[in-house]
Amino acid sequence: MKAAVIVFPGSNCDRDVAVALEASTGKAPLMVWHRDTALPAVDLIVVPGGFSYGDYLRCGAMAAHSPILREVKARAEAGTPVLGICNGFQIITEAGLLPGVLMRNAQLKFICKDVFLKVERTDSPFTRAYAQDAVVRLPIAHAEGNYYADAATLDRLEGEGLVAFRYAGADGSVSAAANPNGSARNIAGIFSENRRVLGLMPHPERLAEDLLGGSDGKVMFDGLVEALS
Amino acid sequence: MKAKVHITLKNGVLDPQGKAVQHALSSLGFGGVDDVRQGKYIELELSETDPAKARASVEQMCKSLLANTVIENYSVELV
Repeated sequence: MKAAVIVFPGSNCDRDVAVALEASTGKAPLMVWHRDTALPAVDLIVVPGGFSYGDYLRCGAMAAHSPILREVKARAEAGTPVLGICNGFQIITEAGLLPGVLMRNAQLKFICKDVFLKVERTDSPFTRAYAQDAVVRLPIAHAEGNYYADAATLDRLEGEGLVAFRYAGADGSVSAAANPNGSARNIAGIFSENRRVLGLMPHPERLAEDLLGGSDGKVMFDGLVEALS
Repeated sequence: MKAKVHITLKNGVLDPQGKAVQHALSSLGFGGVDDVRQGKYIELELSETDPAKARASVEQMCKSLLANTVIENYSVELV
């Protein structure tokens, strides 16, 4: 599996996700600078976490209009899987690859901690290696992760099975108490209609080897390798 | 020509910052503030001199970058 990681000024999880990808694929991913307009043929595009363009105007708003995003959108429309993590999720929603928006956390605070997530769907290249309804532990680190979409959009996402992960308790129960940031319906990650684009606020790359305290994130990268190699 | 752009959250979209400001005002003794909504104000200096063209152009800027129309409304004033 050949992967590309898009790098913006202010990205800070690009190296982490590159390490996690290399551990699963055996190959270093291509690092593609945001001003590039050409993207070599790859099996997976990752839009990493960070603070692209200093979060000016709105998180992800500037990056969504950078030259490389036109190519990322074209590839996504042609079926290349795209993974947006944290700021990457914000960027791809701003770019219109996924519906909704990530707003300021309900408590107005930057939250940096591990959370439990319930895996809602396993029929995607990203989640295929998880068990249905599995509870996984991944870190979040964001001030704007409060997922919002209008009620009709939320109903459509749920009706079409496009919710990938929800914030949950350690037992998998989805409740207001397990919702760290006020996200609508505890949504932590969503798919595009064809489930080839995933955006999520938690960081799978930050718990992708036991030395880091857990490897639930590695399951996603291993699953991608199985699906895309 | 100058364009003044106000960007506000749509009705029904929660504004936790506005709520926090409201609480702070209340704790400072400013009673009677029933609601606070926080937004953005952006000024643009335009070389365009035709008001209709300027407005059309700024509205396009709002739709494509300045506002996220999923959650925000915008209004444009030309001076």
